[in-house]
Amino acid sequence: MTDQPISGVDLELVDVTKSYPGQERPAVDGLTLHVPAGEIVMFIGPSGCGKTTSLKMINRLIEPTSGTITIGGDDVRKQKVDELRRHIGYVIQGGSLFPHMTVAQNIALVPKLLKWDDKRVEARVDELLDLVNLDPGRYRDRYPRELSGGQQQRVGVARGLASDPPVVLMDEPFGAVDPITRSRLQDELMSIQSELRKTIVCVTHDIDEAVKLGDRICILQEGAQVAQYDTPEHVLAAPANRFVEDFVGAGSGLKQLTLTRVDDIELRSWPTASVGEPVAEVLARAGQAGESSVIVLDQRRRPRAWCWVRDLEGQDRVPPPAGDEVLGVDRRATLNDALDDMLSSSYGAAVVTGRRDEFLGVVDFASVTRHIQETAQQVEASAGSGPDGTERT
Amino acid sequence: MQERADIVYGGYQHVSLVVQCVALAAVIAFLLAVLVTRVPALEGLANAVSAIGLTLPSFALLGFLLPLLGIGPGPAVAAVTFYAVLPILRNAVVALQGVDRTLLESARGMGMGAVATLLRVQLPLAWPVILAGIRTSTQMSMGVAAIAAVVLGPGLGGYIFSGLEQIGNANALYSALVGTIGVVLLALVLDALLLLLGRLTTSKGIRA
Ligand SMILES: Nc1ncnc2c1ncn2[C@@H]1O[C@H](COP(=O)(O)OP(=O)(O)OP(=O)(O)O)[C@@H](O)[C@H]1O
Ligand SMILES: [Mg+2]
Repeated sequence: MTDQPISGVDLELVDVTKSYPGQERPAVDGLTLHVPAGEIVMFIGPSGCGKTTSLKMINRLIEPTSGTITIGGDDVRKQKVDELRRHIGYVIQGGSLFPHMTVAQNIALVPKLLKWDDKRVEARVDELLDLVNLDPGRYRDRYPRELSGGQQQRVGVARGLASDPPVVLMDEPFGAVDPITRSRLQDELMSIQSELRKTIVCVTHDIDEAVKLGDRICILQEGAQVAQYDTPEHVLAAPANRFVEDFVGAGSGLKQLTLTRVDDIELRSWPTASVGEPVAEVLARAGQAGESSVIVLDQRRRPRAWCWVRDLEGQDRVPPPAGDEVLGVDRRATLNDALDDMLSSSYGAAVVTGRRDEFLGVVDFASVTRHIQETAQQVEASAGSGPDGTERT
Repeated sequence: MQERADIVYGGYQHVSLVVQCVALAAVIAFLLAVLVTRVPALEGLANAVSAIGLTLPSFALLGFLLPLLGIGPGPAVAAVTFYAVLPILRNAVVALQGVDRTLLESARGMGMGAVATLLRVQLPLAWPVILAGIRTSTQMSMGVAAIAAVVLGPGLGGYIFSGLEQIGNANALYSALVGTIGVVLLALVLDALLLLLGRLTTSKGIRA
């Protein structure tokens, strides 16, 4: 995926079973799974099929009835349980932040348990807030209730990554936020993952999320039986059985939109303006590009606002944007997300951002529709030819 | 002058008795509440004890304690502490149970030990409700401590009783009033202090 070094380690479940007392059938029945170092595996399946149980057996919040789980080759049962957990990130729905602690205190918890010195902890907190796109100066000392749901979830992710654990477990991390925030958080997670390359096991209910985030998808049936464990492309193109087919759902053609990353189509450039820059220069730039709007960037080159040229006229310097929102979709966002973004802005294009939200360019309707047409033609072409390669009439 | 000094000293003793007993009771109640919330079978028992305990007349309890502990501060402390535990216990059980399970599981999942989870997550979150119990308990204990003066316990209770004993005497009403008003005033002051303590010890993140 990227050339960053892998900081994750292999995770292996061998014939893991969990029977709850008083239940005739095990909640997890002989699950065997290998998660390669540095990959994201998405667990998906119907409610009650044992996803959460499987996940919690990895950090021993639930003790397996039988079977073996190893992390980087070490049996989890051979380690002290608290020590083990301090080296496994754990992120759950809503962030589950401790309401009586500040953002910084929440994030610092595990590093402090690991007895890092104060300087190092402090630096780490700021680094992580930066990583999840929250300005440390503004958010460090806030309490969870002073954050939006999406911000709380970001802090939850930061807290899970605090001790730089090789393995991170996530249970429906983005289940509690609205769709737009969710796709934004997904983008951020992908961008973080491309930097850190942890081994991540993530439970989700949303097949689009699974396809988007997963290096592999593990589709589970009742009793955590693996129905299919494969890359998103293969799961969509060749569902292993009826169960998977039903689960993946109809319209997998449309799902291709979820498989295509913004990265895969060519970005266009767009005139930009920096906050505080003389307006005359911006106007000249926009005129040259033949556009009637510009994208306002802040000091860190993050896109903050669209701005019509006519609104700038008569001003001296580019004014700072109102809120603290960052615009656009990540370059690893799906075409689906990009289309959403375009439809909700009146500028006919979606801003695309890269690492740490830096501005990269835009995608517009024309390029997306062109891409859809091309894919449709390819799909038609492959459907049009029979198994023996002859054209259908 | 001497008399005024006596009253002040009585008030000091009264408050000192109550504060110490309530502090002791808070620790006992917290430990009991932790036990009760871990062993579900005990919950019914705890509720029954605190319900019945509060209906037990304090005179009866004192009479019962007298042969055991004799006269003086001993039975006074025992009686005040016994009553003081009850409201705190009830609030502490509710408060500890009221802490979101997923938060506690998160704490464990991050590698906090059982004791750290209790003291650093569960207690701070339950604290406002426990403190409300401590306030109720303090108010009640001011009264119970006055009654405990029957067994020659320290405090302002003596004024009330000597007043009531000598009804008709010119000084009787004065004496009873001094005792009663003193207890009420000190109770108000203590409550204000507890309110302040609550402000200082409740995280800004969960303050109402
Ligand atoms: N503590 C428990 N005691 C008894 N049974 C349990 C317990 N926890 C889970 N189960 C049962 O085990 C099965 C698997 O539960 P699990 O929570 O792993 O499901 P899940 O796949 O995460 O579901 P969901 O998608 O709804 O979160 C369910 O049938 C559930 O009822
Ligand atoms: Mg679950």
